[in-house]
Amino acid sequence: MIEITGLCKHYGATTVVDHVSISIARASITVVVGTSGSGKSTLLRMINRLVEPSSGHVVIDGKETADEPPHLLRRRIGYVIQGHGLFPHRTVAENIATVPKLLNWKATRIQARVDELLQIFQLEPKEYAGKYPHQLSGGQQQRVGVARALASEPNVLLMDEPFGALDPIIRGKAQDDLRDIQRRFSTTIVLVTHDIDEAFRLGDHVAVMSRGQMLQYDVPEKLLTRPADPFISRLTGTGDRAMKLLSLTTAGEVAEAGAAEGPTVLASATLRDVLSELLWRGATAATVINADGSRCGQLTLAGILAHGRPR
Amino acid sequence: MQRTLTRQNTIDPLGALLSLIGCAALFLLPFVVFKMNRVVPGTARPLLQILPPWAVFGFYAAMLLVAVIALIFASARARLIASLVGVTVLITMIGVAGDALTPAGNQVVRVSPGAAFWILLLCLGLMTADAITRLRPGPGLRVLFLVLFATVAALVLSSGLLDHLSIMREYQVNAGVFAREARQHVLLALGSVSAAVLVAVPAGILCHRVPRLRAGMLGTLNLIQTIPSIALFGILMVPLGALAAAVPGVATVGIRGIGAAPAVLALFLYSLLPIVANTIVGLGRVSSATVDAARGMGLTAWQILTDVELILAFPVILTGIRIVLVQNIGLVTVAALIGAGGFGTFVFQGISQTAIDLVLLGALPIVALAFSSAVLLDALVEALNRPAR
Repeated sequence: MIEITGLCKHYGATTVVDHVSISIARASITVVVGTSGSGKSTLLRMINRLVEPSSGHVVIDGKETADEPPHLLRRRIGYVIQGHGLFPHRTVAENIATVPKLLNWKATRIQARVDELLQIFQLEPKEYAGKYPHQLSGGQQQRVGVARALASEPNVLLMDEPFGALDPIIRGKAQDDLRDIQRRFSTTIVLVTHDIDEAFRLGDHVAVMSRGQMLQYDVPEKLLTRPADPFISRLTGTGDRAMKLLSLTTAGEVAEAGAAEGPTVLASATLRDVLSELLWRGATAATVINADGSRCGQLTLAGILAHGRPR
Repeated sequence: MQRTLTRQNTIDPLGALLSLIGCAALFLLPFVVFKMNRVVPGTARPLLQILPPWAVFGFYAAMLLVAVIALIFASARARLIASLVGVTVLITMIGVAGDALTPAGNQVVRVSPGAAFWILLLCLGLMTADAITRLRPGPGLRVLFLVLFATVAALVLSSGLLDHLSIMREYQVNAGVFAREARQHVLLALGSVSAAVLVAVPAGILCHRVPRLRAGMLGTLNLIQTIPSIALFGILMVPLGALAAAVPGVATVGIRGIGAAPAVLALFLYSLLPIVANTIVGLGRVSSATVDAARGMGLTAWQILTDVELILAFPVILTGIRIVLVQNIGLVTVAALIGAGGFGTFVFQGISQTAIDLVLLGALPIVALAFSSAVLLDALVEALNRPAR
């Protein structure tokens, strides 16, 4: 749980962040989206006090962050930046062990945690623990950066454009992996991006910032169906907003009882994917099945279309 | 196969140049010079007058063979072996000539290597260095080569083979002083560099953190760098002399207008610029994302400096230290003029007595010292750069 109230940052006469107040639920992903210069990175960096707020409060799990020495605060908050910032002179294992070492963990515990994280991030410990960052691909470096941030089991993970340096295919995979890991550790994630698609794909909540102000902080569908400001409609784009809306709901969530002739789709597929499949096959309904193969229900073309407009 | 053949048949440009110069020197210039005593001008002695013909022609044949290998062989290993064999033959020859020319028991006559010897030694030395470069040895192997050369040189010098040559005669006369001046030379060079590291690295860190200071600091140090060394020694004599005279006790710890104090101070001042500049460059090269991530993970400011920034900048800082150390080993020579000691003592004594062999007794160890420290520190810089990049 992160409570931000009346947070401001001024540099001389310029106001970079202007009275932002949001409440971030535990174990959720909140994506802060905005154009460059909107103050989104500054907002993020005020949570772990890389930037000291001019005024306002940040309270994490009931503790005022201003009451703690900044370097101790940062050791219990994970931090990931664009271009990973790995230490080039340290191996992958040493990079991941950074914060546990600062916290004086026992060597055996550090070793076990490093191996566990490498496994989770699909980097075979035997092969990768002793490598140096420059010997890894961009996607692997990014994964090590996230593993390093999670090493001390922080409740909160701050991410500043973490996927900005990745090519689109690896980026999609990294976003899916992040979702899985967030569920696994129940981490509270605050992620900053300029990419609205990334915001919709990852965010339980999306916060839109412009010129230092928080324009809207809501679940993703509301940004499409009830934008609080014309800027938000411009940001999300109106040309494909129906399709965007469909992509926010999975087949499993809205499947109706019964079975249909036609293609079979997974419950985890988005309505957008199901619609695309129906159009491609020329079918009017699809059977929805769970990951284990059991039947979940059916979806009709009309049923899907009903979800593509504001209600 | 075709390619190797073509390559072997090509004439090596450096080999051609060195062979040409070497052969010209061998046939046109005196190989050995005889003097009745250490200060009179010498007379060249043709080798055939002093040694049996088979030895002389064998020597010429060996040199020509090395020249041919330098000219047409592409293999770096063959070139290295040839040049090393060449150096061995050359050194043996000059030692034997020295023995033959010196009447038994005579301590007054001097036999010096002539121009041909020095030019051949230079050509063979360049050929060796070029062959080693072509072999692309790693840092460890280069240090091994250096240790090997130093050992062989020490063995040859202590074997007595060269004892009748003029430089060794000068050494025998000055043996006690030589050890003292050698230690003094190394102490002056290392001491001034160490003091400079202690001051220049923190100054570089400060300039990195506070960019406003950078221009002023580098400008001032640059100005110091432009003062000729003799002038700087002179400038420092006045305040240090006044200090010694005014404050009791200062003179007893060795701070005087002349001697080691102004020398160390001047060398220290010359050392600052390269180390400060390289510290700034080295710290500037550390990626800002790495520093930001370190801060974000909760490293303290001191931990970021020592565990991240300085470690990553160290190879560049060390390059600065290498420049300064080699530079100071040379500059210490001049410090002998103000009574600081070191190998320069022999150089300036030799010049004043027109005894060129005494000059060489000072100059050759300086070259060897500077060369060895350059090889050692270069190897260290390269070794440090390897794993991280």
